[in-house]
Formats: sequence, C-alpha cells, structure tokens
Amino acid sequence: MRDRSARLGWLRLPFWLTYLFLYAPIAVLVIMSFNRAKTPYTWGGFSLDWYGRLAENDSIRGGLVNTLIVAFGATVLSTVLGTLLAVGLARYTRSRLLDALSTLPAILPDLVLAIGLLVFYTAVKMTLGLHSVLIAHTVFGMAFVSAVVRARLSHMDTSLEEASRDLGATPITTFFTVTLPTLAPGVLAGALLAFTLSLDEFVIAFFTAAPSEPTLPIVIYSMVRFGVTPEINALATLLLAVSFTVVIVAQRMTRLTEALK
Amino acid sequence: MTGTGPPVAAVRKAAGRLVTLGPGFGFLTVFLLVPLALVLSYTVFRRGRFGGVVHEPTGENFTRLADPLYLDVVFGSVKLAVITTLLALLLGYPTAYMIAKLPAKWKVIALVAVVLPFWTNFLIRTYAWIVLLNSEGMLNSGLKALGLGPVELLYTDGAIVAGLLYAYLPLMILPLYSAIERLDPSLREASANLGARPARTFWSVTLPLSLPGVLTGCVFVFVPSLGNFVIPELLGGGRRIMVGNLIRDQFLKARDWPFGSVLALAVIAVLVLLLFAQAWAARRAGRDA
Amino acid sequence: MTRRAPVAVASACLAFTLTACGGASTTDSAPATLDANADLSKQSLTISIWDGYSPKDLPERVKAKLGFDTKVAIHDTNETIMAKLTAGGDSGIDVAFVSGQYAQALNAQGLLEPLHADLIPNLKNLFPEAAQLAYDKGNTFSVPYTWGTTGLCYRSDLVKTPPTSWSDLLNPPAELKKKITMMTTERWLALPALKLLGASVNTTDQAVLDKAKQMLLKVKPDLLAYDDTTFGDRLKSGEAAMAEAWDGWCPTAEKNIKFVVPSEGSDLWADTMVILKSSRNKEAAHAFINYILDPEIHGWVAQNILYKIPNKVAMDALDPKLLESYPALAQPPAELLKGESLIDLGEASTMYTRLSTEVSAAQ
Repeated sequence: MRDRSARLGWLRLPFWLTYLFLYAPIAVLVIMSFNRAKTPYTWGGFSLDWYGRLAENDSIRGGLVNTLIVAFGATVLSTVLGTLLAVGLARYTRSRLLDALSTLPAILPDLVLAIGLLVFYTAVKMTLGLHSVLIAHTVFGMAFVSAVVRARLSHMDTSLEEASRDLGATPITTFFTVTLPTLAPGVLAGALLAFTLSLDEFVIAFFTAAPSEPTLPIVIYSMVRFGVTPEINALATLLLAVSFTVVIVAQRMTRLTEALK
Repeated sequence: MTGTGPPVAAVRKAAGRLVTLGPGFGFLTVFLLVPLALVLSYTVFRRGRFGGVVHEPTGENFTRLADPLYLDVVFGSVKLAVITTLLALLLGYPTAYMIAKLPAKWKVIALVAVVLPFWTNFLIRTYAWIVLLNSEGMLNSGLKALGLGPVELLYTDGAIVAGLLYAYLPLMILPLYSAIERLDPSLREASANLGARPARTFWSVTLPLSLPGVLTGCVFVFVPSLGNFVIPELLGGGRRIMVGNLIRDQFLKARDWPFGSVLALAVIAVLVLLLFAQAWAARRAGRDA
Repeated sequence: MTRRAPVAVASACLAFTLTACGGASTTDSAPATLDANADLSKQSLTISIWDGYSPKDLPERVKAKLGFDTKVAIHDTNETIMAKLTAGGDSGIDVAFVSGQYAQALNAQGLLEPLHADLIPNLKNLFPEAAQLAYDKGNTFSVPYTWGTTGLCYRSDLVKTPPTSWSDLLNPPAELKKKITMMTTERWLALPALKLLGASVNTTDQAVLDKAKQMLLKVKPDLLAYDDTTFGDRLKSGEAAMAEAWDGWCPTAEKNIKFVVPSEGSDLWADTMVILKSSRNKEAAHAFINYILDPEIHGWVAQNILYKIPNKVAMDALDPKLLESYPALAQPPAELLKGESLIDLGEASTMYTRLSTEVSAAQ
C-alpha cells in the first residue's frame, strides 16, 4: 500500500488543486457574508447585518417559497412516475428505444428543454405559473429517479418477488410488500436528487416561470445582474449550511436504513 | 383466482406494462416529445414578427446557419467548451483516480466534498468568481502586493473558461470515479507483475478501460458548456457570446423562433454525435476487457 | 420497431396541429367600457417592474389608499418581460413597467388596453410634454413613469479631461483603455455611434448602421465590458472610469462621479406604465396608475432614485436643495425633448439585432 501511494505522489497536486479550485470561491462568499462593508472588495469589520437584511428581503422570501413549492411538487411527481417507469422498464419491456427515451431528459441540454417547453406552452396557450415550472422540473426529475431506481433494481434479487407470487399474492400486493420496500433506498436517493436539482435549476425556470411568480434562482439572477449586495453572500452561506446539514442527515439516514436491513 | 393460466398471465403482463410505463411515457410524450417535435417543425417556417412562426415553409433558417457571423459564434463556443472539457479532464482524472484509491471512509468524504459546492446556487457560485477576478478583487490585490498586477482577469475568455470549469468539473469527476472504481485491480496487478512500469500500466490498461467514463465525463462537461448563456454574460462581460446566448437571444430578444430552433437542433446534433462516440468507446472497452 | 411508430406519429401529428392553431391569435375581447364605480376591494393587482424602481412599501400604501392587494413582480430587462408578455396565454400581469419603444411594440400586437383617461384624473399633474413622446402621442396606451436621456457617466478624478463628445467614448484616450463600459441593449449600444455620425437613433439606413458597426468594433478591444445594469458599482469601485449610462442610473450622489450629455445630442427615453388587455382587474389598474401619478408617490422616484419624472406638480414640490446638488434632475422638459425619442422600428428592428450580434460576436 505504502509504495503505491508513494508512486501516486505527483497525483496529489491536481487532487488538491481541484479542491482548492472548488472551495476558494466558496470561502470568499462565506467570509464576505460577515463583512460590514458594502463593496465586496474591502473588509469593513465583522457584522451579521446582511443576514438581517436577507430576512427582510421580500422577493428572496417569495422566491424561496415558490422554489420549495415547485421542488416538493416536482419531487413527488417525478418520484412516482420515475419509480413506476423504472419497474416497468426492468420488468415489462426490452425496448431500447423506450429505455433511451426515459434517460433523454437527463442528458438533453437544459436550454433545449427550456425552449421546447416555452414553444409548447405558447402553442397551447397555457398560462404560465408555478405549475408550468413544476411540469418542466418533473420532466428531468423523473429521468433521474428512474435511472437511480433502475440501478437498484438491477442488483435486486428477483426470487423474493417470485416467491411472493408463488404464494398467491397479486402483482399489486407483491409490488407494495416486496418490490417497493427493497427499492426504498433507491427511491429515496432518486427523490433527493430530483429535489436538489429542482432547487438550483435556473435556465428552464427562467423560460417557463410566470413573471409574477419567480423561483429563487430567478430572483438571484436579477439581483446578480443588478450588482450584488452582500445579502447574496449571506444567502449563499445559509444555503451551504442547509446543504451540509442535509448531507449529514442523509448520510445518517442511509446508515439507518442499512442497519435496518 | 383459480388457476393462473397463460391468458391471465398475459392480461396481467399487459396491465402491468400499462400501469408502470403508461403514466411516465404519457407524460414524456406530452411534455418532451411534442415540445421537441414542435421545435423541429419550427425550423422550416418563417419567423413571426412578434415571436412564434408564420406558416410559410422556408429553408432560409438553415442557410443562415452558414452565415460567417453565426459560424464564428459556433466555432468560438466550441473552442471554449473544448478547452473547458480538456482542463476538466486534466484536473478531474487524477482527482478521480486519487479518490478511488482512498480508504473507504475518506472516499465518501472526498466525493461529498466534490458535490457539495453544487448545493449552493449556481449563480452565486459564478458571482464568487467576479469577486475573485475583479481588477479591484482579491487575486489582483495579491498580484498588486507582489508588484505583478493588476492583470486583466475578468471579462476575458479565461474567466469564462474558469466559470464553466467551476460549474461542471464535478460532472467530470463523478463518472470518471465510477469508471476507475469499477476497474478490476487484478488487471493492474497482472500488468505490474509482468514487469510493466506504473506509467505503462496506466497507458495500456487503466486508461483504455476507463475510456467510457472519460467520454461520459466529456459529454457531461462539453454539452452544458456549449449551451450556457449566464457565464459568458456575467464573467465575459458581454464581450463574447456563445451558442447558448445566441439561442436565448433568438427567443427573448430577436424573437426569431425558427432560427433559434435551428440552433437548438444543431446543439442536439452535437450531443447525438458525442453519445454515439461514447457508446462506441464503451463497446470497444467492453470487448477489450 | 413497431411499437415506437405510434408514439412518433402521434407526437408529430399533435405538433403540427399545435403549430397550425398557434398562428391564429384569439384575443379576448375586453369590456368596451370600464365601471368607474367598480368595487376595487374585490380586485387585486400584479405589477411587473424593475428592482428598486418603486417604494418598498407601495403595496401597503395602495392597500390603505385604494383597498386592494398588490403583488410586485421584478423583471431584470425590457426583453425578459416582453418575452413573458408575448408568450401567449395570460401572463398574470396587470400593469407592466416597460420602456416607451417596447410599450409601442406591445400595443402593435394588440396586447395593451387603451387607457381610459377619465379614470386617471391625475394625468393633469403631468407636464404637457409628457403627451408628446413619439412612441405614444397623447398617452393612448401608456403613461410615462420616468424619463431621461443617455450620456456619459464618469469619474472626474480618473479622467484627464472631462468628456464632452461621444467621440471620447468611441475613441478613448490611452489611460481609459479597459476602463470603459458601453450598454448592451441593442438600441443603446448603437446610439453613441449613430449620434457621432449625426444620424437618427431610429435610423434604418443600412449604410449608416454599417458605419456605426465599424466604430463599435473598433472600440470593442478597449472596453472593460458591455453593461446595462452595474456600471454604477463599477464606477464607484474604480473598476471603470467612464460608462455610457442613463442619467438616472449614474450615481452622481458620489463625490467624484459626474454625468454629461455629449454635444452631438442623445435620445429621450421614457419608462412607462401600461395595462395588459388580459388583465381582469382593469379598474384597479387604472386606479393604481392614477395613484402613482399622485405627487407624493411619484415624487418618491425623484427624491430616492434620482430619476427625472414627467410630473410637474411633483417636480415643483421637490426640495430646491436636491435640484441644486443634482443638476441633471433639474433639466427642464423642453430641453429634454431636444433628445430624440426612441421608437419601435417594426420589422427593421432586426437590423439592430444583427448589428448587436455582430458586435458582441466579434473577437
């Protein structure tokens, strides 16, 4: 082991460079969120003012609420559709075309999906709103859920399902008592993925949201375009703290589910 | 429920297929296939004065693509996207390789650390680069203190590449990691036992076998880099436009939906090409192994 | 192979039916007359405006004064809100704030409600010049909210000689290289070059636009960035020393920051309020516009964001000291009207789109 890691010595440089590259800008954001000075380029002493300002900012709060509504709705919808799709693809068809179609939204550039839906909504004269963003986020969300669940399905032992069926259980009972519980970690992982992707999604929301109901990324975009106030840094720091907590909780939870197995 | 003869099984199978595949593909048909078909159909119509299309067939949207003005934009963005992808590979491969060799506990931490920045808002992360690269910003303050600056960092192609790399580097590292992780260590050991140097083992065993992962990562970085319009705007200071800006502008500013659709089609074509390359490499690697 | 055929055929058919019906626009017929005595408390309003362009407590004030709820949506540019308003379907917006030439384009598409002047008695507060703006003479579908001109905003301590001409922007001295920003919205991008050429800001003469393009390409390597929104911050930090700017956006409150209208002349822009035809709260929308024209509310804009407003009563009520410290604010309407009003160019607007693409694509 030792001599191998010694041989990998030169690889450490790009390795640490990667993490420096990933975290330097984040460190800047966090530090600047506690900066009293208004311009991001000078240090004016420690302060929590920007967090207070952030709490008072109505458009950020409104955007956050809209984002959460969309993310929750899209997650529920994509989890149900994606899980069914994964089961169907694994058990009921061998069509490579359908297989490809189910993953298409995940690899399609977001801009293409965005204009496609804009064109579609316009053509059917659909009123834009949170529902139009929710649908759009479900399109790619379900692709990710289905991919994650299918990965889990491929490792799954089919003998349990067969046993259940041999014992006379209907396919529906088998699905709910055998298949779904086994898939649960995959479904949960897929749902989490869909939720995170929806939270941060900007391009598609930019094209499909109603002007009166912007999601948080859209609000941030207009703030960034108008010269940033340090409130943005405070927001970034908070988002990071929340993400960090979620990661730790998720980690604990998966350990829990593994322990329960 | 007496007897599970073939007819019942067949009915069940059909019902199962309908229940599991029906809702998902129904949804995808309406909200993915129809929209894409619409975009496709718009490419052959004339633009409407205020967006939308006039139903007069025309081929001029495609001939416009050959206009040097747009070709320059396309080539310029391909250049930046290629540079970004290469840099991502250069940084990402060793990183993924290192992570794959870490002890299990550190592996998880290292992987989470790659993904974590993704969980702050993408626009805020991009903004952080403005703060870093600004002529009055941190890097330049450092350079000035050393008597080297200020150097023009922001609003350059370099800044755009840095922003794109920052946004998509994890998308390179993750597939690379899973490709390297999956490699059978015995192959490498065999190579080493046969007297091959580590470098030779890498070039003749590890790299070819991880090639599908390399290509997946390249697709994941290259395609969104090409279509991004926010980073050129914020970090490029509007001095460079990429295909993404061009498409966005056709829909939001110029309101030339047919030409925007043609550009979108071009991006899809690039994607399909890359996916074929990736599938080919995967098949080859599978055969070699 | 056989199974995919139905999907493909079905989606293609559906797509073509959709395109076929997408062309024909079915505009909802608005009520010919509005009810002057409508119960406003039963209505509610959604307005779309630029960030920071109206008092923060506007919804509360409207609620107290007029009795209905107001929701404020923010748009970053004219283009963004235009795209949403023209995207078909109900945008959910009742009153939108857009620049004059965009209001004109919206009206040409039949998307705007003709204004009922009898429901906006406060129109009498406006300067007579406010009804003479070329994009909408007589305020038939729009009411100006702010107006002003485009010029050069600069750091007097960072430029050797104060700029006086568009040539100072387009042929910058060596010390200003990479210290200059220009606007990116296509009509304002072209403006400095057109004015220096002595042409109209609304020109559709391809030869003139080609000349303008050459000038814009020549200056591009010397620019720091193209920027519509944050040049004020750049000037404050010293990152930029000179910027093409709208008068109201130039932060002249800062000690060393000055604004000048170049000698070759400039434009007259107006940001306007319009009512969407799709609005189901048209009475409330009229009451809202009327309330904005109240000297107290309208005066807020001049006092707090230092934009000129076309409201005579409100301007007269301003503290003379304010006008002393911000001379640009005191520019009389007659002088402002010397600037050329930007109008929508219809089909010819693609010439400007092309120009702006050519300039931003050039390396």
